[in-house]
Amino acid sequence: MFGYSMEEVGNIVVMQGFSGLSLFSVLLLMALGLAIIFGQMGVINMAHGEFMTVGAYTTVFLSKMAVEFDIVNSYFIFAIIAAFILAFFIGYFVEYALIRHLYKRPLDTLLATWGLSLVMQQIFRSTFGAKEVSAELPEWLLGSFKPTPDIDIPINGVFVMGLALIVTVGVYLFMFRSRGGLRIRATVQNRMMAGAVGINTQKVDRLTFALGCGIAGVAGAAFTTIASTGPTTGSLYIVDSFMVVVFGGAASLMGTIASAFGIAQAQSILQFFMTSSMGKVSTLMTIVIILMMRPEGLFASKVRK
Amino acid sequence: MSNIDKNQFVKKSMVLSALSLALGLSIYVDASVAGDFPTAKVNTTGLSVTDDVVKVGILHSATGTMAISETGSIQAEKLAIAQINEAGGVLGRKIEVIQEDGASDWPTFAEKSKKLLENDKVATVFGCWTSASRKAALPVFEKDNGLLFYPTFYEGLEQSKNVFYTGQEATQQILAGLDWIAKEKKAKTFYLIGSDYIWPRTSMKIARKHIEQHLGGTVVGEEYVALGDTQFGSVINKIKLKKPDVIYAAVVGGSNVAWFKQLNAAGLNAKKQNMLTISVTEDEVLGIGGENLEGFYSAMKYFQSLKNPNNDKFVAEFKKAYGEKAVIGDVTQAAYLGPWLWKAAVERAGSFDVDKAVAALPGYELSTAPEGYVKVDPNHHLLSKLRIGQWRKDGQADMVYESGLINPDPFPKGYQ
Repeated sequence: MFGYSMEEVGNIVVMQGFSGLSLFSVLLLMALGLAIIFGQMGVINMAHGEFMTVGAYTTVFLSKMAVEFDIVNSYFIFAIIAAFILAFFIGYFVEYALIRHLYKRPLDTLLATWGLSLVMQQIFRSTFGAKEVSAELPEWLLGSFKPTPDIDIPINGVFVMGLALIVTVGVYLFMFRSRGGLRIRATVQNRMMAGAVGINTQKVDRLTFALGCGIAGVAGAAFTTIASTGPTTGSLYIVDSFMVVVFGGAASLMGTIASAFGIAQAQSILQFFMTSSMGKVSTLMTIVIILMMRPEGLFASKVRK
Repeated sequence: MSNIDKNQFVKKSMVLSALSLALGLSIYVDASVAGDFPTAKVNTTGLSVTDDVVKVGILHSATGTMAISETGSIQAEKLAIAQINEAGGVLGRKIEVIQEDGASDWPTFAEKSKKLLENDKVATVFGCWTSASRKAALPVFEKDNGLLFYPTFYEGLEQSKNVFYTGQEATQQILAGLDWIAKEKKAKTFYLIGSDYIWPRTSMKIARKHIEQHLGGTVVGEEYVALGDTQFGSVINKIKLKKPDVIYAAVVGGSNVAWFKQLNAAGLNAKKQNMLTISVTEDEVLGIGGENLEGFYSAMKYFQSLKNPNNDKFVAEFKKAYGEKAVIGDVTQAAYLGPWLWKAAVERAGSFDVDKAVAALPGYELSTAPEGYVKVDPNHHLLSKLRIGQWRKDGQADMVYESGLINPDPFPKGYQ
């Protein structure tokens, strides 16, 4: 087929299928935190990428410590947890200091969080230097796994995939199987009534925002294995994150998952058959056309207008 | 600039440089005494030059996305200026730096150039990094007749009276490197990949012509990735299917890091795949990580590990100024040449006037450059060597090839 043997084509199909799935988990991990904040609170968090960078720098910092104490093989799990905690608390503070004053003014939150992203970028630059850094990665995250001599499955891709699965399941359980999630959903559905039955809606908002930021931190930590860490790393992800959330329909977790899957498969396949930048352009075009037909995104929540 | 303009310009500047050389030699006695060069004589165009101070500008991005790359250039230029001041300054005058921030925003570069040239009246500017920033600032320099020393290797196709280019233009970086890898690795098939903007696209156009017309090879794939794209899964699978002898890469920024990390994770390391890149210097290695680069090749004119007395001294002083962990990439070294070349131009001209300094520089030979001997060509670029370095795990490169001096050719015939 096209001058290649069946075996070669078979190998490529396997690897290509994997890279589509791997892109899916990357997009999902990127977008989950943003989807929670945007979907549940209606806040457009332009600083989402910078919370990912917080996670990435946490990992780099801990990796330097790990090298000193010679625990490179085990620190990475702790780095992810630390990234979550740090981003969570920064998010908690940002909501308290900035976001809560702007709930009734969605365009102003957009501007304010964009300003916040610039401030955070400059803080990274002043603290860690303008140059890119790289985390020392444990051996078990490097290289590839070979089911046959000609098929390489990148281990970092498998890792990101596993993490995306854990985080998604975690978010699902939290949202639909816990008291906290119940409060969040109640607040989203009817803020006044939720308040009336004794839910502290301000506290719920703060936790929701912090949770979204914490998940961004986890994503950032995971992405040190596949991409760069620098002051402006966050800006590489923000567009894709928004694309996934908007395309999926703002208020739906299922929508985010479906949208990440659709975009990842389309992009991965198109980039294989076209050149990389043309593949990306075609994906974007398709999204624009679908959004013209379905302005609410794939999975719109049903509301009475 | 059209070809006719260019020829006239070259002729004119050669005549001028010959004249000023004759004049300059007769009055050039000892540059360390400012009294020998009264301000009224060495500054007839109203630049900011007093009896003991001359002001110059540094214009790079200290903030924004490009700060990653431009920081090294700022450091190198300041180091060179400090060293020149220590040795007595230029025509007996200390250099005072006015630093402006281009903030990774191209219109800002034009704005700040205007400020440096029209308000501060600086005698010269060391600055710009990306081609986009240079293209934005160029009209200002040409209008106000300023002088710019530009450090980055770039795509060529430009030659301005007001600019000296201390990095390589495309053919200086590309041709000898391709020749080497074609011969050394008996490479016949090439896969070209770059970020999607002018420098990689122009470079790949030159590379493709050279591969097809001069090396008898074939290009089995040519690919451009959007700036900032971090997902290379599909591209890597395509490369695996095509199995090229050599990947020729010019990916930049955050994408560059992702590219190498994912390539390595997909099993395409240097044991299995030859790669020659023109976009990885010691600065980039910090972000990519030595383990992801080990064994791959870079084509540059300078590597920090270069062994010669000039470079030993330069590396030692750079580390003294900016810390033991500081690394020096190709562009950082080229930026370091700027102030020294300007000093030479002014001293050869015996004047800070831009026209006279510009006319005096072509033909100048700088033997103290860390990269070794360089010479300024009448087309305002430098004659320099090309080196191929093979990356080690520790982020430094082993030199595996060094070319002879290569003439700059910013408008290469048959390659456009």
